[in-house]
Amino acid sequence: MILIVAEHANGKLSKSTAEMVTAARGAGVEGPVTILVLGAGIAAIAAEASLLAEQVLVVDSAKLAQYSPETWAAAIAFVAAEGEAKLVLIGGSRSGREYSPRVAVKLNAPLLEDVIQLKQDGSATRAQRYTYLARVTETVEASAPLVVVSVKPGIFAVTPPAAEAAEQFDVEVELPELRVQVTGKTKSQSARIALAEADIIISGGRGVGSPEGFAALVEGLADKLGAAVGATRVVVDAGWRPYAEQVGQTGKTVQPKVYIAIGISGAVQHLSGMNKAKTIVAINRDADAPIFQVADYGIVGDMQQIVPEMIRLVSKPG
Amino acid sequence: MKILVYVRQVPDAEATIAIANGAVSLDGAKLVLDTMDEYGLEEALRFRDAGAPAEIVAVAVGLARNEEALRSALAMGADRAIHVESDAALDPIALSSVVAELARKEEATLIFCGGRQADWDSDALGAAVAERLGWPQLTWTNHLELGGDQLTGRHDVDDGNESFTVPLPAVVTTQQGLNDPRYATLPNIMKAKKKELRKESLATFGVQAAVKTVSAEMQTRARLHKILQGKDDPAGAAAQLVEMLRTEAKVIA
Repeated sequence: MILIVAEHANGKLSKSTAEMVTAARGAGVEGPVTILVLGAGIAAIAAEASLLAEQVLVVDSAKLAQYSPETWAAAIAFVAAEGEAKLVLIGGSRSGREYSPRVAVKLNAPLLEDVIQLKQDGSATRAQRYTYLARVTETVEASAPLVVVSVKPGIFAVTPPAAEAAEQFDVEVELPELRVQVTGKTKSQSARIALAEADIIISGGRGVGSPEGFAALVEGLADKLGAAVGATRVVVDAGWRPYAEQVGQTGKTVQPKVYIAIGISGAVQHLSGMNKAKTIVAINRDADAPIFQVADYGIVGDMQQIVPEMIRLVSKPG
Repeated sequence: MKILVYVRQVPDAEATIAIANGAVSLDGAKLVLDTMDEYGLEEALRFRDAGAPAEIVAVAVGLARNEEALRSALAMGADRAIHVESDAALDPIALSSVVAELARKEEATLIFCGGRQADWDSDALGAAVAERLGWPQLTWTNHLELGGDQLTGRHDVDDGNESFTVPLPAVVTTQQGLNDPRYATLPNIMKAKKKELRKESLATFGVQAAVKTVSAEMQTRARLHKILQGKDDPAGAAAQLVEMLRTEAKVIA
């Protein structure tokens, strides 16, 4: 079987799960596509998953109420071994990328990390992934009876839900005790769409001048377009914006339909997080800013004048 | 206590990289100690500066060039260094068994790894080492405090950040913002030359790569470069841009 570990948040299946189903079906590996749902009180999520796969396995346990890489890896490795999985697909989210190596080690399997393409080729599993701060695309392969793969979000198409639900099976798994004690949690609170799920991202850099400038220009335009908000590291380090909005090497990697960069100069570390956007738009005072080298559209000029005008224009139907 | 800091020599973020014969060529590229690794080393040095009785061992596995990363680590303040030298390109899962074995031999109780490698864009090493040792892991930390054999701190998770407490041993991975790494001073660079840098052979670890790189290509997406001048007529440029995004790129409604 091909085992997909469901990603979910706030009681809902994440888009990345339906993307992994597409990756699984296109991989050319035989066996039923199986979604594994881990958590506590996850019946609704399992029901959603059952419309995407041939079967759904559910480990619903109070011990999984709090995510931990150790418990997740233990549950996944157990199910993959019992089910004789040939391929285990894990989301390329921050959590997925920290528990997938544990799963690979437990199963004595190779790990293909953050892949953008996946195909069985004879006895080898071949994948493509970005390397060197996303400036290079490398093709890698592993030959093993079982391969663990983390799948970059936002790359594969979303598999639409089927009309009929697949069967669900409850699985009992022995889980390790938690050693890391979580003493506090700050959730990034935003009514906006998440960066990883957004078709449109409006992102701001130091050039917006101040937290107020960011709110007026970047959030202002985002709200009109139903877009997610991104930020550069400088802006996050200055405390203007929460870390959850950071795009780049140490933040999120995004691949939206359009990325509108306002007051962003375009350091390599930032570009590595967004240079795969289908369309890149840059608005910056400095004509020599590196962001213009990767831009499809742009304006060299004063964003304080340009962006409010754009906000006014997109507020009325074109 | 003994702290292991895993380090690598990688292209500088601004370095030009090229493809030759289907593989990445770093000929002529400026190479530096991975800044992600620097954060881990700096944090270990701060623990020691604050009075923790810690011996700090910098560890590298792989190509000869990584010796430079170890020299930089020694110059920043690591006590000694181990280089498992090899031309083999090991994937992080294979590599993790070498690092775990070194940790066992050294009886380390804390290991720092970079959050994301600047060359292979991989996050996997820290977690894989933790799994091999049966230790917990804390990834993407941005604040750490060491109190005896307990580590408290804060790290980033999918939807925000978490504060945590964990008893050692543990593996910790870093990120920008954890600290501001110090520069090596000239006296310390001189002193570093006398510090131990031990070479070991990969053959003794019996490890083989499980993932191989088949080919590589530069990721260049052709961009349209339709850049408007908005200095004289900002409103006009804004209108033209919105129009292009609506009718030409069709990315906004």
